[in-house]
Amino acid sequence: MIAVSLSRGHVELLQFLRDRTAVIFTFFFPALLLLLFGTIFGSTSTEAGVSVSRVFTASMIAYGILNTAFVTMGSGLAMDREDGTLKRLRGTPMPAAAYLVGKGLLVLALSIAEAAVLIGVGVLVFDMPLPGDAQHWLTFAWIFLLSVIGCSMLGIAVSGLVKNARNAGAILNVPVVALQFVSGVFIHPMSQLPDWLEKVASIFPVRWMAQGFRYVFLPDEAKVQEIGGSWALGTVAMVLGAWCVIGSVLCLVTFRWTARDK
Amino acid sequence: MAGLMVGGDAAAVEVRDVVVRYGDTTAVGGVSLCLPRGRVLALLGHNGAGKTSLLQVCEGFRRPDGGEARVLGLDPVGDHDALMPRLGIMLQAGGVYPWATAGEILRLFASFAANPLDTDMLLDRLGLRKFERTRFRRLSGGEQQRLSLAVALVGRPELVFLDEPTAGMDTEARHTTWQLIEELRADGVSVLLTTHLLDEAERLADDVVILRAGRVAATGTPAELTSAAAIEVLELRAGPGLDLTGLGARWTAAETTPGQYAISGALDTAGLAEVLAWFASAGADVTAVNTRRRTLEDVYLSLTTPTPVGAAQ
Repeated sequence: MIAVSLSRGHVELLQFLRDRTAVIFTFFFPALLLLLFGTIFGSTSTEAGVSVSRVFTASMIAYGILNTAFVTMGSGLAMDREDGTLKRLRGTPMPAAAYLVGKGLLVLALSIAEAAVLIGVGVLVFDMPLPGDAQHWLTFAWIFLLSVIGCSMLGIAVSGLVKNARNAGAILNVPVVALQFVSGVFIHPMSQLPDWLEKVASIFPVRWMAQGFRYVFLPDEAKVQEIGGSWALGTVAMVLGAWCVIGSVLCLVTFRWTARDK
Repeated sequence: MAGLMVGGDAAAVEVRDVVVRYGDTTAVGGVSLCLPRGRVLALLGHNGAGKTSLLQVCEGFRRPDGGEARVLGLDPVGDHDALMPRLGIMLQAGGVYPWATAGEILRLFASFAANPLDTDMLLDRLGLRKFERTRFRRLSGGEQQRLSLAVALVGRPELVFLDEPTAGMDTEARHTTWQLIEELRADGVSVLLTTHLLDEAERLADDVVILRAGRVAATGTPAELTSAAAIEVLELRAGPGLDLTGLGARWTAAETTPGQYAISGALDTAGLAEVLAWFASAGADVTAVNTRRRTLEDVYLSLTTPTPVGAAQ
């Protein structure tokens, strides 16, 4: 099972890296947005005295993960379903879990690389200092993992709604872009939002992902800009954990090996 | 070999009254067939006759809307996990990573099997060695088909499903594929294949099932299907202008072109001898004799083609 999952992950990764368009869109688009936002607003400082470019860098890691986990997983699965890859694999002794683990390995590798690119831009271009203690990195690790797992599961679930794999990217980007605006990634602090929108956004994982990554990469004083004036890491863990569970249940309920009407 | 005894004596494939519907359209309308172990069965029919739908039921990709299918004695949907290590499935198209190379794809599928065939040997056998490092999307249609066949065989299956295995292949690849299927059969592997190539069915199949509009139109060995009428036509070349009225009522005879005679009717051994004796007694100098029997194609066309108006002879 482990060997099968590894050989699946290996081919997934080869497959992805050879498709240059996908590589460019997945990796460089978030980095480009970060460079643009950081450069345009970078010189200003927030009330807490932290440069806006650093705030963007931290928050954009959430966008990066949405891109590599939610969008890549969702569109990849829609594509595999439409072109019959899922069906062909189903007609082999491959255990069903090895398919998802293989995809999961791809998503994990991409997400780590994406986070590294964004953090690299933050450090090299915007002079963002890296946290020096293990505790912040440990927090980064669990927020990162919960985010990747939750977003992947939701990507798998949403892929079932995609009727035509060509449109998968566009469809999946609707919630991604909308949530960037209301979750404190593009527009920070979130207190600028109407109260009800803030509440709606708080249901979804993106707000908590971005908030968690700001905890890791910003000085502690910056918490005054968060809703409630604290990092609320307990809530971050709870909400992200809940989305992992919800995503997994949706996967189990909606997963199909073949495209509809075939 | 205790592991192989799950449903040990069962037929390779047994299909009973299977119905497949897509919305209001009935693709398969109650088909029954049986493939005993170690034989090759060809499902023959036009596009849309229900071949692939029936195959999908046997492969466990969909539940039949009626009837039942048993594969190696097991339920293709419910016993999926037990069945898959014993099957080789070749789909019609699609489902291969376009950016991966032929070698990578074959090794991936080999990694799923407990005891796979040697992938290098398979690449050589199917003439794919020179494409080992070629990405799938750069392969021609026939090359993709060959890789797809290799993928179906790499796990040493007991039973293979081949959906139009030689579609898009050139003559050489087609013959290689036929040879491979004959070797599978010699090794005791059961084969269920669909085709609309009559020479393919005639050469490979022990049993042929002809499907028309989702129903079985005829079934039998190629010999049974073609020999029902024995020799259909006796053609003779002799001097022109013979008076054929003396031949007797058991035959119909005509001089199709001057010196070329076509005789049909009682053409068993005794009948043939009588016809030749009559030509001898008429003083004809017979220079050529040719017999024609129904081919699978004649049978197939007579079963699957609606008779055109005015075609009655």
